[in-house]
Amino acid sequence: MWIINYLEKIIEHPEEMKKTKKYFLYFGIALVVVDIIIHIPQLHLVHIYFFWDWIPGFSSFYGILSTYLIIVISKWLGHELLMKPEDFYND
Amino acid sequence: MIDLWIHPGFLFFLAAAALPFVKTQWKSIFKLTVPVVGFLSLLLVSHGSHGVLSLMGQTEMIFGRVDKLSLVFGYVITIATLVGMVFSLHVKEDKEHMAGLVYAGSALGTVFAGDLLTVFLFWEIMAFSSALLVFYAPWKDAAVKGMRYLYVHIFGGLLLLAGIFIHVGETGTTVFDALPHEGVGPMLILCGFLLNAAVPPFSAWLPDAYPESTITGVVFMSALTTKTAVYVLLRGFAGAEILVPLGVFMALYGVVYAVIENDIRRLLAYHIISQVGYMVAGAGMGSEMAVNGATSHAFAHILYKGLLMMGMSSVMLMTGLRKLTDLGGLYKYMPWTFMLYMIGGFAISGFPFFSGFVSKSMVISAAQELHRPWVAMLLTLASAGTFLHTGLKLPYYVFFWKDWDQKKIEAKDPPKNMIWGMALAAFACTFIGLFPGALYQALPFDSDYHPYTWGHVIGAYQILLLTGVGFFMLLKMLDPDETISMDTDWTYRKAIHGFTWFVKKPVVWWETRAVEVYKSHLIEPVKKFSRIGWTIDTWVFDGVVNFAGWSTRIESKILEMFDMHLIDGAVTSAPTIIEASAKRLRKLQTGFIQNYTLAMIVGVVVLGIVALIVI
Repeated sequence: MWIINYLEKIIEHPEEMKKTKKYFLYFGIALVVVDIIIHIPQLHLVHIYFFWDWIPGFSSFYGILSTYLIIVISKWLGHELLMKPEDFYND
Repeated sequence: MIDLWIHPGFLFFLAAAALPFVKTQWKSIFKLTVPVVGFLSLLLVSHGSHGVLSLMGQTEMIFGRVDKLSLVFGYVITIATLVGMVFSLHVKEDKEHMAGLVYAGSALGTVFAGDLLTVFLFWEIMAFSSALLVFYAPWKDAAVKGMRYLYVHIFGGLLLLAGIFIHVGETGTTVFDALPHEGVGPMLILCGFLLNAAVPPFSAWLPDAYPESTITGVVFMSALTTKTAVYVLLRGFAGAEILVPLGVFMALYGVVYAVIENDIRRLLAYHIISQVGYMVAGAGMGSEMAVNGATSHAFAHILYKGLLMMGMSSVMLMTGLRKLTDLGGLYKYMPWTFMLYMIGGFAISGFPFFSGFVSKSMVISAAQELHRPWVAMLLTLASAGTFLHTGLKLPYYVFFWKDWDQKKIEAKDPPKNMIWGMALAAFACTFIGLFPGALYQALPFDSDYHPYTWGHVIGAYQILLLTGVGFFMLLKMLDPDETISMDTDWTYRKAIHGFTWFVKKPVVWWETRAVEVYKSHLIEPVKKFSRIGWTIDTWVFDGVVNFAGWSTRIESKILEMFDMHLIDGAVTSAPTIIEASAKRLRKLQTGFIQNYTLAMIVGVVVLGIVALIVI
């Protein structure tokens, strides 16, 4: 199966990993470019509900902010309060 | 056209009863035919009320209220049953399939119920039949967990029943349609519904029980109970404002727990709570688009969550491991499981061209149209969290992370039927993503919603890509810990421990003290008292009685002797004495001595009797 072989190649060869990262970078840049284009008001391609819908690339910013907040807050809550040893209920 | 109504729920019940009698070589075909026939029967049925049963002329039980809302849930339940049956074909014992069929049948019964009594009837069957899927699990403590699950649902069922009684008492009707959003009766009904929808704080039963169900039973578990609850919320409480904050809170709550969870199936179970949050919020917003969004999200969710659960169940079955900390590097050894799982992961994360995208975006768009920025933004944040843990964290730590030691546990893809079950669900996820029109047509309200706009697609890809970037940047923070997560079940699980402790420690202490006090202050004095009593009894009363007895005997002896020697002697010698002394006595007395003697004897006997009675 080519997908599995490809993944194996990326994982075992650092230069392949670098290449893959580069593809993702290009993909990201393309997304932002397309996002800027579709935000041109005359094209009427984006429906505006809130003021931030005007900002190109807002979703990218919101995506990484969400990830950061979720990981940091969840882990903090976990360590402070929620995560318990596995025999917590068996005492 | 003939008005054909075969209740698919009753069909499933009959099939469950018939299954043990089907010949072994026909069993597989039978198991697959039943859900297909159920699905086809729904395609043929006409809208309206079927199967109405009059209860003593007082009230009616409506078993078949068929409209677009109930039909779309009916379709997906029968499809999920088919997927579950394919996935579990290799299981030889009938009991799991029978429980699964009864469970799915009762879910269908609830969905097509037109009155509250019928809802309650099937609600309870659903609770008991689903608990069986936990009881049948081979792991340790399955029975304990099954009982805990059952207790929570019995509690929820009682809330529902109490609410129904109060509501029917007030309004005089059992019809199940949009219910009032205030009053004790409807609020109790709502609480019963919210418990099954796993809305915090009534949610802990779900991650407690689902990961403990059997390998194949989890497909039914993840599909039926919560989504049936979403259906009844949409039917009874669409537009109830309280559901909006509850739903948003759920969506985030599940995400937080999914980040810290170490058990693979429990992580997915927490994630069910997060996903049902979208549906509950959709029900709360109540607009046509929101209800459509919640319905389509339930439809899509049943399929991709089933797929994800099947993937992780396969990992569990083949490796015998269930903790992220123990797993890793499986992608080479379980390639089909990995790839099919990833389709589920893409679908749930809302990748364009998969099912989650066309349903989740509808709920968020509904929030935007109603101009509720907080709802829209927090649900979008939760969807980033969805990709983070279901699409990235879970597959990363199960299939990559570290090398798999194939020598230690030989891992390979599961039996073919399990792969086919996953493939069927993966096909459905992709099909709905590519052709959302088929699903949209079945929704309760007509809609002209278009998910594939430039804004949606580009926005979705940006969020997903940057979530991926954030994941790899913060990877070290995400490494799993060997812990379990405390949830609201703490209250009743620790409460039981607390009760045991209370009984073991304070109660026993108090009991010991009480016994000591009882001994020293009650038993001992009583003993002492009784000893004194005994002494008095022995020496005084017995003494008196014995004394009386002895004295009577001595007395009688004396009397006997007195009688024999003295009186008899006196009597026999009396004539002589009389004769001898008569001459003298005649001078003194003229009476007879016998009279005097007799009077003496009578006097002594009377004295003896008096002494006996008195003493």
